[in-house]
Order: sequence, then C-alpha cells, then structure tokens
Amino acid sequence: MSKQINLTLKVWRQNRGEEGKFETYEAKNIDTDASFLEMLDVVNDELTLKGIEPIAFEHDCREGICGCCGSTVNGKTHGSHERTTLCQLHMRHFEDGQNVVIEPFRATAFPVIKDLIVDRSGLDEIIAEGGYVSVKTGNAPEASTTPIKKEMAEAAMDAAECIGCGACVAACPNGSAMLFTSAKVSQYALLPQGHPERAQRVKNMVAKMDELGFGNCSNEYECAVSCPKGIDVKNIARLNREFIKANLGKN
Amino acid sequence: MKLDAKIPEGPMAEKWTNHKFKVKLVNPANKRKHKVIVVGSGLAGASAAATMSELGYKVHCFTYSDSPRRAHSIAAQGGINAAKNYPNDGDSIYRLFYDTVKGGDFRSREANVHRLAECSNQIIDHCVAQGIPFAREYGGYLDNRSFGGAQVSRTFYARGQTGQQLLLGAYGALSKEIKKGGVTMYTREEVIDVVVIDGQARGIISRNLVTGELTRHEADAVVLATGGYGNVFFLSTNAMNCNASAAWRAYKKGAAFANPCYTQIHPTCIPVHGEYQSKLTLMSESLRNDGRIWVPKAKGDKRPANQIPEDERDYYLERKYPSFGNLVPRDLASRNAKQVCDEGRGVGPTGNAVYLDFAEAIERLGKDAIVAKYGNLFEMYNRITDEDPYTTPMMIYPAVHYTMGGLWVDYNLMTSLPGLYAIGECNFSDHGANRLGASALMQGLADGYFVIPNTINDYLASNKITPVGTDHEAFAEAEKAAQDKLDKLLAVNGSRTVDDFHKELGLLLWENCGMGRNEKGLKEALEKIPKIREAFWKDVNVPGSADDLNQALEKANRVADFMEFAELMVKDALMRAESCGGHFREESQTEEGEALRNDEEFCFVGAWEFQGLENEPILHKEALEFEEVHLTQRSYK
Repeated sequence: MSKQINLTLKVWRQNRGEEGKFETYEAKNIDTDASFLEMLDVVNDELTLKGIEPIAFEHDCREGICGCCGSTVNGKTHGSHERTTLCQLHMRHFEDGQNVVIEPFRATAFPVIKDLIVDRSGLDEIIAEGGYVSVKTGNAPEASTTPIKKEMAEAAMDAAECIGCGACVAACPNGSAMLFTSAKVSQYALLPQGHPERAQRVKNMVAKMDELGFGNCSNEYECAVSCPKGIDVKNIARLNREFIKANLGKN
Repeated sequence: MKLDAKIPEGPMAEKWTNHKFKVKLVNPANKRKHKVIVVGSGLAGASAAATMSELGYKVHCFTYSDSPRRAHSIAAQGGINAAKNYPNDGDSIYRLFYDTVKGGDFRSREANVHRLAECSNQIIDHCVAQGIPFAREYGGYLDNRSFGGAQVSRTFYARGQTGQQLLLGAYGALSKEIKKGGVTMYTREEVIDVVVIDGQARGIISRNLVTGELTRHEADAVVLATGGYGNVFFLSTNAMNCNASAAWRAYKKGAAFANPCYTQIHPTCIPVHGEYQSKLTLMSESLRNDGRIWVPKAKGDKRPANQIPEDERDYYLERKYPSFGNLVPRDLASRNAKQVCDEGRGVGPTGNAVYLDFAEAIERLGKDAIVAKYGNLFEMYNRITDEDPYTTPMMIYPAVHYTMGGLWVDYNLMTSLPGLYAIGECNFSDHGANRLGASALMQGLADGYFVIPNTINDYLASNKITPVGTDHEAFAEAEKAAQDKLDKLLAVNGSRTVDDFHKELGLLLWENCGMGRNEKGLKEALEKIPKIREAFWKDVNVPGSADDLNQALEKANRVADFMEFAELMVKDALMRAESCGGHFREESQTEEGEALRNDEEFCFVGAWEFQGLENEPILHKEALEFEEVHLTQRSYK
C-alpha cells in the first residue's frame, strides 16, 4: 500500500558558466507510488509557486529506454536500485525523513549545463566515428541471405541494449566511456555485417574517446554495477581484444 | 485551397514503380546545391535525413533532445511488420495492404497503404544489413511473431525493444552522414515556426534550448518528422517532451490538418494511480494472448481479487465476443473497459481499472512458461506498482498511445503548403482511423528511407526556388512573433503552473473526446476549451527567463499550442458523426452497442484549413475510393 513520506533534498544547483552549490529543499507528502522524477515534479511545482526557479533535470520517455534521465542520488548513479533508470526508481525505496543528495552525473567529459543536466554529446561523437555499419539505403541484400547463429544474435542484442545514459562514465573513478564504447564495438564484432569495418571502427572510436577526455579503464567494474541495462563488463575485454587485433594484426 | 492527392495512374501494384519513373530527378551535381531541413530525428526523421544526405542533398536536422537517439520511437516494444512470408503462411504484399486498409476501418488512402506494404520488405533487408540484432531461430534465420489484426505471422522483433534497435540503426546511419559532413545536426534546438515566402515553405525559426537564442534557417524544402499529438491529453504513453507545436505552426501557416479526431487508445496500460502522475506506461498487447480480462459482476465490490468467487466475476470480453474473446482489436478492448468502469464495476483504488488475470494460464502452462514468455513485462509491472502479477491479477486501463491524424499530405508526402513535407506519425495517410500493432515502425521507416528520398526531387526539380536570405522580412516577422510569444508567457506571472493547466485541458479531452464521444460532450468541450485557454494566458506562472535553459518555458510554449489544437480536434470529432476505428461516436452504434460506420456520408479524409483563431476553419473533403478492398462493416462477435 502506498503512503506519504517527507524527505529533505540536497540538490545541486548551477547556472551556465557559474560555480554550483547545494541547496536544501523539503519534499513533502510524497506518495510512495510516485517515481523519483514525479517526486521532483512535485517539488518543482512548489518551487515555481514560491517564485524559485525549478530544478532543471533531463527526462523524456520515463519508461527507462530513452536514456535521457540520470542523476547521482546519495552517491549512486540512477539511485540505489539495481538495473533501474532514475525514472523507474520509485519512492517506496526511501524512508520517511530521509536525506537525499541529488547531483548531476559527474565526469570530466560531461560538463554541467544547468543544475542536474550535463552535456553528454561526447557519446554521440564516439558513435560518429564508426558505431554503425556503413551501408547506404538501397544496397541491402535479401535479409535471409546470411544466417546468423542464434547465440551470436542474442549476444549482439545483449550489447545493443545500451541506452547511452552515461551512468557508466559517471560511476567510473576515471570517467571512462569504455563500457559504452565496448557495447557498440561488441555488437558489430559479433555480427557478420560489422566485419568489413571492424578494425577501423575500434581504432577510431577509441581514439575519439581518448581525445574527448574520457579516462582509461582500470578494472574497477563500477560501470557494470551502475548500468541500468546490465551491459556486461566482458564487452570491455572484447573491445581490448578487438583493439589489439586491429593494431597488431594484419586484419 | 484545393487538395490534390496526386495518386498515380495505373493498377494498384504498379503505381509506386511507375511514379518513381515519372517524377522529375535532380542530377547528382545539382543535389548538393539543395538544402533540406528535417525537423525531428526519430525513425522517420533520422532515416530521411541520412538517406537524403547519401543522395547528396545538404541536410540540416533538428532535435530538441540532447541526442538524436532519444526520440520516442525508441520506446516501441512489439515489432515491425513486413510481408516477407518467411513462415510460409500465405502472406504477401497484397495481404499486408489488405489487412492495413481493413484494420484502419476504411479511412486511409489505398495507394499510400499499398506503397507502405511494398516498402516493408526492403526495410527488413536494410535493417538487417545495418546490423540490427533481430530475433533469430536456431537455424540462424529471422524469427516472426503474430500481432493483432492479422492472421499471419509477419512481425519482426528484437526482444521487447524493437523500436530502440531500429532507431539506433537509423541513428547510426545519421551519425555516418554527420561524420561525412552531409548532415549538419542541431541538438537541443526546438523548431518553433515554419517560414513561408511566396507560398512556399522556405525555412524555420529555431530556439536553442540552452541559450534561448532564436535563429533563422533557410532551406529549399522543409520536412517535418515531429511525431504525434497524443500529449494533448496530458496523460499518455508518449514521452514527456512529445508535442504538436511544429505541426500546429505549419497548420497556422497554411498546411491542412487531417483527421485530428483519430487517436488510438491502447487497452493495456498501467492505470492512473495519483494526482502526481506524469505519464502512463504501456504493457505489451501480447499479454492478452494468455491473460483473462474481468471485473466483479456487482457494482462497488471492493473485495480483493482472490476473494471474489468465480461465479461473481464477469469476463466481459469473452462473454460479449466469444469468437475473439480477449483478443478483440484495441479500440473494442478499450471501449469495453471504460464501459464497465463507468458502470461502477471498475477495480483498484480509483475504480478506473480492470483485472488482467494470469491465474488460469499459470495453472495450465506452469509458472515457468509464463516467466519465459512475459517475465520482463511482469518485472516492469512489479517495479511500477509494487504488486506481484504472478499471485495478484494485474490491473490495467486504456491510455492514449498514438495519433492516426496529422498533417494532410499527398502521395509525395507533401503537405498542402508547397515545399513542406510531413513524414511518420506526423502525417495522416496510412493508418486510417485505427493503426494495427507493429505498423508504426514500418511507416516511419518506409517514409524516411524509401518514400521521401524518391519524391522530394519532384518538387525540387520542377520548381524555381531562388535564394531569399534569412534577412527577408518573413524570417524577421516569424522570429519576432516567436519572441513576442515567449515574452508574453513569461510576463503573465500568474498563480498556476503550466502542468496544472495542461492537466485541466487533458482531463476535459479525456472525458469528452476520449474513448466515447457524443454531440453534447463535444459541444461542451468546445465551450470550455477557449475558457481554459483564456485562463492560461491570464494566470499561468512561467518562472525564469527566455535567454537561458528554461524547461518551464519550453513546456508553456508547447501547452499554449495544445490549447489551440485541442479545439480543432474536438471540432473534427463533432463533424464526424459516425463511428470508425478509434473514433467512437455514441450516436452511431448498432443495436448491440458496436461501432457503426457511415460510408454514405463520411467516406472521406477531413482536412482543415486555418482561417485565423477567431474564425471557423474550412473543412476540405478528400473522397476515399476503394478500388481493391471492398467496404465492409467489421465484426468480432
């Protein structure tokens, strides 16, 4: 059964080009069936009517698939619940009277735009370096021409489930985008369609990752724990193998 | 305004091929001289932008999201239809065409639907080549599943995330073209007006959502791929930012709006549970394969489900529609749920829910089989409601999901405003009055990958499009109007939030223009909407400034458009005094309470022309002719 709880929020507020700081707000009479973002909606409505600018946070589908939402809640990306985006985290997991610290995803490569909103366009830039198969519309052969082992298709799908939220980067002490990048590299390394561009893809994507200030992987595994879609850390091992092959082998 | 659908001559199956040959082409060297603006980066927008860039056009693509990959196409679960006939069950392009026309309750344009069916197979070929990990069988070949409204298995899928995988494929294609320099991508940019010069769409006004800066962009043609208007109801399964603004501004600049009353209400969503609720979540239609829908026989029976004995339960769909049972089409399942709740037999804390019960299926198949089939959906339900659907029946209620209406387009997907195109959910053409499951993804990609890249050339090659420059007075006027509107919203400084007004409007529409509509309710809504709109402009509170990231202002600007759009939607519903597909007019039903179409009077597309907000819009009727699929009344008894 749902009940109502009160919380004390410590929320990171920051304007463009300025230093940020924490502000304290009370979240009152929050229904435990509400989602975390709905709790923020309620707080924002109150702030608005008090003449305080509402907290800016990114969100869209609120079904856990678009990858827009995400903040660090009490030190954990997307909050405390395993394999859950912030929009799918419900208030029943909080205690009445609890303090809740809400910060943006922090990483060198994710500058804060405003309050809880950060710039994750670096992830798009990594994809632009080869996170696709270069096939023009109209070129494709009949879909059933190349059979693909079911296990390979499933493994590729496991990697392809990444929603690009950036939690892995924020959770990593080095601010690395290895899990994100490796998921895309793996998807195409596992499928025959990705093979012609395999070597070039991994080299270019890794180079871009480094260029944008994402850190290195030092096997902390925080990324995999933080991932709302359960992307496996083994993908990073696969990326490393692909990278070594691309640089040392003859392709 | 004179609407010409430009349906090509010749037999149905040859129209598209003939048309592609007959349209004028732009030679490769000239293509790079043409700039095309694409608004939106979902399935339709991303695929169109990528493909037009591959052809050599200079494409500028805009999205209000931080990345093109966020578009709401990503949330589609079930799958994408194609007439591959891999299961050898008698499918064909003709059958897919036939099912879609019939499923749309005979309110779509046959020639467009046939082309859609033709493109469906190429879409699958292309998506496989892109490396989309579709589900496969052990032999390595592609797997199919069944969906509503068809007797063949023609739905391709990637787990419960088909929309995500197809969108990421289109996003990959778009990224490839961005890298190559063919597409200039604008993220966190919201297009807030279309600029018209000498009767042609010649550009847009865009607002940078980080700095608030308004910018002018000139183009030879503008393509809107901005999705549907479901969020006019406030609560829907659409993403929070989905809006009708670009389409609505286009309408106000001269593009006709067709069939705005056609909205799809999906029967299996998680019910509303509180005032604070921001959106509704869909549970896949596939659940109705094994779940049994029921409510108590007695009104106001508040006992927990497991304490209501079998003979005091009403499995109303099985009772009323013995041959289709729980698998009746979406519109019927939704209407019946509303009916039993209106009778006071709804369940749950609000009384606006019905049970979807798996007890019988678990007993018959075993829990493991149910876990394998629906495990992820049960987990999602549990996460949201904190209830265990293996032991307690799920509660579901219908919710707004998709809009079949949209900007009127001809066969080339050009609106009635020359140079302005509308693709994907944004246009009206393919689904008639009801969309079948797994057809939205098909249409978005058909329009983007295969149709518009082959039709836009006809306009560009046959019209003289001279450079105008963004200092043209039409750009200045549009920018000033946009700035004035933003300033006006900020200046009201009233006592109610934007959401508060949006909820009031949404609830009115849901009650009076939702699953059941009647003349009295629609007229009442037409009286109330202008009052809500007036109150909005007098008492809304939009904090912050226009030269900053200001989400309340973004929302207010969109809701202001919904306040106007809602009136047209209700007018259209009032005009259409027949029941068809998702539009159920209570005055037009059979003796048994089923929807009754009126082909004598309403076999047309209702396209509205703007005449100023204070004046009545003009209704243009595009007669629908059915050469191939004969008009029949649907029955699921």
